[in-house]
Parts: sequence; structure tokens; C-alpha cells
Amino acid sequence: MRYSIFSLLSEALRGNTGWQPAWRDPEPKASYDAIIVGGGGHGLSTAYYLAKEHGLTNVAVVEKGYLGSGNVGRNTTIIRSNYLLPGNIPFYEHSLKLWEGLEQDINYNAMVSQRGVLHLFESDGTRDAAARRGNAMRLEGVDAELLDREGVRRLAPMLDFDSARFPVMGGLWQPRGGTVRHDAVAWGYARAADRRGVDLIQNCEVTGIRVENGRVLGVETTRGFIGAPKVGLACAGNSSRVAAMAGLQLPIESHVLQAFVSEGVKPLVDQVIIFGAGHFYISQSDKGGLVFGGDIDRYNSYAQRGNLPVIHEVMEAAVALMPSVSRLRVLRQWGGIMDMSMDGSPIIDKTPIAGLYINCGWCIGGFKATPASGWCFAHTIARDEPHRLNAAYRLDRFATGDLIDEAGTGATPNLH
Amino acid sequence: MRIPCPHCGERGHEEFLYLGDAGVRRPDGMAEAKAGEPASRPWMDYVYLRPNPAGVHRELWQHVHGCRAWLVVTRDTRTHAISGAEDARTVALARDGAPA
Repeated sequence: MRYSIFSLLSEALRGNTGWQPAWRDPEPKASYDAIIVGGGGHGLSTAYYLAKEHGLTNVAVVEKGYLGSGNVGRNTTIIRSNYLLPGNIPFYEHSLKLWEGLEQDINYNAMVSQRGVLHLFESDGTRDAAARRGNAMRLEGVDAELLDREGVRRLAPMLDFDSARFPVMGGLWQPRGGTVRHDAVAWGYARAADRRGVDLIQNCEVTGIRVENGRVLGVETTRGFIGAPKVGLACAGNSSRVAAMAGLQLPIESHVLQAFVSEGVKPLVDQVIIFGAGHFYISQSDKGGLVFGGDIDRYNSYAQRGNLPVIHEVMEAAVALMPSVSRLRVLRQWGGIMDMSMDGSPIIDKTPIAGLYINCGWCIGGFKATPASGWCFAHTIARDEPHRLNAAYRLDRFATGDLIDEAGTGATPNLH
Repeated sequence: MRIPCPHCGERGHEEFLYLGDAGVRRPDGMAEAKAGEPASRPWMDYVYLRPNPAGVHRELWQHVHGCRAWLVVTRDTRTHAISGAEDARTVALARDGAPA
């Protein structure tokens, strides 16, 4: 069923009795042309673009839990393309452009809201870095504007401009950034992929990857062996575990990142605001809750929960930036497992095993990349070579020295 | 998460700095390269590649806000349960013997 104002009206008149499940729940076939491991945002978008852009519809997505049960539902829903380095900017800008047309493309309301992303600076050094980043963005045709203190005050008058330890000096403003309803991204891509014939197989955990003579043959799962000449791994958070099934060791550590939602309040934060001095980011959901987060917990973790010291840090940053939130109550808190790569940038590439492709290393920024990640990964799988946009995200860049270290912190996954 | 420092007793992990996997070994820079692989390969492994297990992990923490000792902590990455902490020096001596 195609969703439209007419389907909505006719269902309203029929008492909502005619809605169909948004996707099928098929049994796995014995083999496919391609298998995507991981039914999260990146895996589902990969399957969708394989079908849409490359005509590959005999495709299965295998997911150990239910669709969208991982990081696509455990982020702060921010989209932006305010990157600095040449390998990153065109990729993230492509992602933002795909976000802009996504809802029409997949016929699903993902609540894409381009409310703008405001990245604050609080010192001369961070101002110069913001100006440099803004210039790099504009050279690539991305929207960026350097705001002074008064410019920031016009957008966000509730920030502490007067008595803060790190007074706001200005901000780098990207008007086209914003937020997207994260679960709807998984559901929308799932439905759109299903409508093009992709089998979405839930509760089907991959337990092994069958490789013979350096070529992948398929995956062992809890629902039996499924054969395919091409297998794509899109299971960030657990990439090391899954890649180890094929004998690959990755330049990745898994870390936990926490996020928080406050009780609902009237409109207060109209944009996404990023506070550099405390590494803190905040936006407001349509329900009124403030959605915010900070740093990772900085130790290896596969537990989808963090510890109190980082919660303390995040709350301190929130109150330092906006003292008016000090008495708000936090309703929910959660943790997601991040693939922290050794240079802070992702990997979308072929592997040394023929027919095995990998999409991993998203660090704390995978959500915004969901459309371009799937789009580029689908291209890499279908054509057996990377697209220009993900050509820099090579698996072997650590051996060759072609790192993409946006934060400039070196091989320290817990500092990216 | 509380780490049982052998010198200071059990302390909150916010007193400690995390470094990472205690199993990685700095390569011998003077060693001959293995046949068929570049001389930089052991450095690639040392600097970038990690087993990253879901389960028991031996990892280096420094008690920066305490005795400043480097410790090897054994911790389960799935539950954050800590089963032990030893002096990194003791671990290194047991592994390599006393320096010549």
C-alpha cells in the first residue's frame, strides 16, 4: 500500500481496519544474490539502494534481533555535514542531500527536520578552527555561516552569555542540518526495501561466515546456512565480532555512548546546539523532551549501558551551557555500542576475502551517514569497487598511512 | 564501575585513565621483516589492530587521581564486572623476566 493523504483518509473512514503490515516476514531462502548482515539503518538502506540503484532484488537482510533494534534507535537523531577533511565532506554532504529527498523517495514520513545545527565556540582557538571548517565546507558547496556572539544570541537566547566559565563567542551555523525521527528511518527503509523484493529476516543471528579458497560462500545462521556470492557486513558496534568469523581483525574498539531525554517542556531549543567546550549536543524532540548527549564512556564495552561519571559530565555541560535546564528531570537514558575506529572515520570497502564487504567504524556519528552509507555500500557491493564518495574509507588505509583523522587525536579510539 | 587498586583499595573508575588492551606488544624495531609482508606490518598490528572481545578483556588503566600506578584490570566488556587488578609492572616482569 502506498502511503498518501488518500490512503490516510480512506483508512480513517474505514476505522483503520485496512492497514497492512509494513513488510513481510519471510522464511530465509537457501540462497540469495547478496546478503546484508545487520538489520539496522545502514544495513536496511544498503538493501534498499541495492534494489533501487543496482537492480539487485534477490537480497536478504539478516538481523539477530528485530529490525532497528540496535544503534539506529540509540542515537540523538542529528543530521549534519559540517566536516573538515576532503575524504569526509563530500560523503556527508551526499548523505544530507539524500536525507532531503528521503521521505518522497521511500514514501515514508521520517520527520526530517532541517532546523539547523549550531556548533558553538568559546575561545580564539576554537573560533579559528570553526572558521577553517566553515571555509572547507563552503569550498565543497556546503552551507556554513560563521556567527558572532550576537548572531548566536538571536538564535538561542537561553544560553548563558553572561556568567559562563566558557562564555559563548560565536558559532558555526549549518542551516540545512537538523534531526530525523530515527526509528522511522529503519522502518521506512525496511518497508521500501521489502516493496522492491528484499527479504528481511529477523531473529536470525549470524554464527559463522563460510569462506572457501578465499571466497565467501554464505553465512551460517541460527536458522540454517544461507548461501550468497556476496555478503556485506553492516553491524557497527559488533563489527569486530562478526568480522572475526571470517578471520579478520579490525582497527576498531567497541565503546558505549550514552544519551538522555528530559521530561517534555514547551519549545526551548529550536536548533541542534553543539557545545564544544564540554563536548555536549542538544536538541528538542517534537514531543518536547530535550534530547542530549556527550562523550563516550572511554573504556571498551559491549554492554548497552554506561556508568555514572559520564552522566555527571553530561549534566554539568548541560547546566554550564543552559542554566535554565538545571531543574529539568531526565526521563530516559540509554547506551549504544559504537565501533570506535582508530582514526575516527568509517570503513566502507571490500575485504581481502572475495565477495565479502564491510561497512563499519562509524564511531559516534553513524546515524547522519545512514543514507550515504547504504548508498555507497550498495555501490561497492554491486560493482565490486568503491564509489568515488567512499573511496577514502578504505580498510587498508591504516597500513598505508592514509588516515582520515578529523579530530587529530591519533590512534586513540576513546578520544575521537 | 569500581576498580580494586592493589595499592589504594576499591575506587570509582573516574579516578583512573583508560589506555586499552593490555595484550598488545610493542614490536622489536630491529627485527627482520617476515617473508611476504612489509616491515611495517608488526607496527600496523601494534598501533591499530585489536581483538576487541565481547567478554573477558585485560586492559591497562592508570590510577591518575590516586597512586598513579599502571594496572592491568581484568574486566568483562559485556557486564563491566571486574574480576581483578594487578600492577602492570608485576604482569610485565612475570611475562618478560627482569630487564638485563
